[in-house]
This record gives sequence, structure tokens and C-alpha cells, in this order.
Amino acid sequence: MSELLDRLVRDFAVTDITERRPAITTLQVSKANGERLIRELRDREGFTHLNFIACTDWIEDGIFRLVYMLHNYATGQTIGVHIDIDRDNAEMTSIHTLWAQAWTYQRELREMYGINFPGSPRLEENFCLEGWDAMPPMRRDFDTAKYSAERFGHREGRVTLEPRDHMKVQLYPNRGGDK
Amino acid sequence: MALTTGHSASLDFAPPEPVDLSSGKYVKLWQGPQHPGITGNMSLELTLDGDTIIECKTHVGYLHRGFEKLMEQRSFIQNFTVVCRIAVPEPAFNEYLYAAAIEAISGVESPARAQWLRALNLEMMRLASFLMWIGGQGGAFGQYTVANWTLTYRDYVLDLFEEMTGARIYHMYMVPGGVRAGLPAGFEQRILELMDNTDKLLDQIERVMYNNVVFKARAKGLGIIHPELVDPYGVVGPNARASGFRRDLRKDAPYLVYDQLDFDVISGTAGDAYERAWLRLQETRQSVKLIRQIIAGAPSDGPFQADMPNLLHWKVPAGETYVKAECTRGEYGYYMVTDGTEIVRRVHVRGPSYTHAIALMERLAVGTNIADIAGLMVSLHTYPPEIER
Repeated sequence: MSELLDRLVRDFAVTDITERRPAITTLQVSKANGERLIRELRDREGFTHLNFIACTDWIEDGIFRLVYMLHNYATGQTIGVHIDIDRDNAEMTSIHTLWAQAWTYQRELREMYGINFPGSPRLEENFCLEGWDAMPPMRRDFDTAKYSAERFGHREGRVTLEPRDHMKVQLYPNRGGDK
Repeated sequence: MALTTGHSASLDFAPPEPVDLSSGKYVKLWQGPQHPGITGNMSLELTLDGDTIIECKTHVGYLHRGFEKLMEQRSFIQNFTVVCRIAVPEPAFNEYLYAAAIEAISGVESPARAQWLRALNLEMMRLASFLMWIGGQGGAFGQYTVANWTLTYRDYVLDLFEEMTGARIYHMYMVPGGVRAGLPAGFEQRILELMDNTDKLLDQIERVMYNNVVFKARAKGLGIIHPELVDPYGVVGPNARASGFRRDLRKDAPYLVYDQLDFDVISGTAGDAYERAWLRLQETRQSVKLIRQIIAGAPSDGPFQADMPNLLHWKVPAGETYVKAECTRGEYGYYMVTDGTEIVRRVHVRGPSYTHAIALMERLAVGTNIADIAGLMVSLHTYPPEIER
């Protein structure tokens, strides 16, 4: 594995190599080298299984961090490829030609985060949300309570409690909910 | 009745060009979201040429409750009420993986007794889920008697879950650091009695369902997953094993106490609906054997919880991990990112249905007779909630 990682550093300028758990390593690669690295891992290094594609919104840094989790059945190794993309111009190269389920993930990321994957099939089709006209809901700055209040209005007798604050009040009533 | 799906194993992932509905040659038909022959609230948009499906699109979202978003707004312990609802027939795998992810990032290790109890809980879950699936597959081909039998036995397993955890469906039994309780008095004897009866039930099911000429005629050759499709389509679990891949996370990446249990990975060759059904019956039997082994091997005393800080105010260190386990449908995984606060930064739930019900289903459905689509859907064993999260 270390030989492979050395080569990836040399050929793809990967950084931040971290062993998260035994046999699970994450590494960082630039957006420009991302698709090429993933293709290399699949075609030459035996990482033929795409576990998933996910995104974490690091709003404070202005980036979306995409993670492509790839697994090698022969060696039991898993590599999570991190690719940071600009949050305001969220776009990434599509990998729909590499795995059949990739375009489904990309369609979901488009809907939930607003990330564009040019050329990815059926990208504009709804995944879960039908007729959604607000900000992509998995972005950190999407306020679920505000959206709900504006969209659905107030119903008589309905009380909305913020779960964590409510729990503290329930647990420490004599201290005004202050732990 | 079409007996084969007829598609080749060529790998072209691009969706087909839409057909010209205005030609009057084709019929558009929706299978679901409310239909007894589907696996939960999911729908297939089918285009038919006669009674043969020429195009299939999977639609999900009918059960979307935004679980992953909810988790980013609640404390770690509060999320246990959320995660178990992600796969209704198999909540235990969500509980286990969510707890395991927190433990992996925090460096917490649960005591040995807790690991045996977790494995017991997961195998009971596997048994309950397979029983439900066998009934579903029988029902999809008109054998409702089998469904009545298996759902009755699933209820017996739920009775034991109620004894063990206090709840029948959403147990919230596995928490970071261990489990909430040990086994109640007399539990071992009651579960072993149920396992003996389950063995007899499975023998009856094999005779009635698996030897039934109609079931054989309809399931053999239906929805063949060629080996070439397995990796490109992310096929895992029994769907992959029925196509000849001996892959099982309980063996390949052992967790809990699976490396101390005696079992083999079961695989098939034909890769069709009948092979998948046969394989799941064998895995149900295997699950019964594993439960017996766990009952024999589990320590009867000792701690079932590690020393933990106050979970209500627990801050998990910043980190990232991916944990996975073999559920009845294959690799189930939790990807977790934490930032050192008392709220999780990101959780991504990886369920096998994500690819089985969409990319794979859309491919296998083409060429299938409309009468067999329900049987094909069930044979892939998919749960929509784990797609939508």
C-alpha cells in the first residue's frame, strides 16, 4: 500500500494521506487531477468497487469536500479520495462512465448541494425532491426551521421545539436548561 | 410468459434514448408507489411494447425525511432515534454502524460481552428480515401462504426483540460503548426453541415454495446478473454471491465476533431470481446456526457498557471514518465526519439499495415481461428509505 501511495504522491500530487482505520485511508487530490486519479485506481490498481460518493459542506472555508470511497476486493484496502471544490462555483468532472451508479450519486449531489457535473446523464431530473424551488437543502446555510415556517405556516395548537434546547430544559429544569 | 431478461452483458451505462410515445406503439405504466408488488414506497416508470418492458426509470422520494440533514442538527445520542428509521426492516444495522462510527473516531472499545450481544442482535435482525423477504418473494409469485407463515415467524423474532431491547422494531439497543442491557432470564432457552421451529419452517418452505413448478418456471432465468455487471454496477451481498462472487464482509473484514464463528460464505452461479432466492434461504438457515453459536459462546456476565462520559453532552473528537457491515442485502456503511463539537458534521448512509434499485433495476427490467416485474423487484431485495435517507 505504501508503494502505491508513494506513486500517487509522485504522479497525482496527492496530499494529506491519513489512515482512518486499519485498511481505510483517505487522501486529498486537486480537482484537476481527481477524475484521472479515480480512473487510475479503478483500472490499474484494482479499486473496482465504488462504495459511494458523498459531500461535506465546509461553509466556513468556502468549499465542498467530495469524497469518493473506493474499495479493492483483492487486497481489502479502501481509499477515500477527497476533492475540494469551490462552494460558489460548485462543479466537478463527471465519472458516470466509470460506474453505473455514479450518475445517480451525481444527480443527488446536484439536487442536495447544487453541484454541477457537466455531461452526467439525467442530471436535471428530480432525485427525491419534486418541485423544489429553494436553496439545495443539504447546504449548511439552508435553514430547515425557517423554510418550514415560511412554506407551511403556523397551525393552531402546534408547538415547535428545538430538540437540543428542549432536552436541556427537560433535564435541568431548575437551572433554566443550563447544564 | 417471458422467462429471460434477454439483455446482453455489454457495459453501456448511459440511459437509453427516450422512446417516442406519440407513435402510439407503446404504453407508459407506473408500478408503485402504492402497489402490493413493490418493496416499499418506490415506483417504476415503465414503458411497454406489448407486455415487454423496453424502458424503466426508478423514482424515489416518497419516503424522504431528510435523515442526514436531521442528524446535523441533533446531539450524537439523539440521533439514535433517527438512524434506526433509515431501513425499516433492518434498523439494527443502522444502530450498530452509527455506534461503531462514533466509537472508531473516539477510540472507544465496547466490552467483549457487548460485542456478542450486538452480533446476536444483528443475526436476529438478519433472520427477521430474511423471513420477511421470503414471504415477499413468495407473494410476488402468488404464494401468499408462504408469506403468512414467514411473517408469523418474523413476529416470533420480534417478540424476542421486545424481551431483549424493550421494542419490537426500532430497538435503539446498541449505543456508543456497548448495549443498553443484557439478556433477560430464560431468553437463551426461548430463542433456541424458536430456532428449532424455524429450521422446520424453512424445510417446509423449501418443499412448498422452492420446489413449486410455477415458482421455478417464473424465477429461473429472470433478472440474470451477469458477473461482468457486478463491479461496474456496485452489486453486493446475496445479489453478487448468487452470480458467483464469494464476498461477505463478515468474512472479508470481520467485525464484532464473526471471526470466532464457524460459517462459510455461500455462493451460487446462475445469478437469476431463483438462484438469489435459493441463496437467501441457505443464508437464513446459516443465520439460525449463527444464533445458536452466539448463544453458546456469549459470556453470561461481565460489563456490557464501556465507561463513557455523559452522552448528553458528549463532544466527539474531530475525525472521519467509514464503517461497514454485511446486512441481508450486502454492504451497509456509515461514513461519518466530526468536527469536535457535540453535533455530527456529516453522516452519509451507504445502503445497497442505492444501486440495486436504480442503476441495476433499470437495466434488468428491460426485456422483462410486465407480469414478472414485481418478482424481479423483490428478488433484488431493496428498501427505498435507505436510498433517500
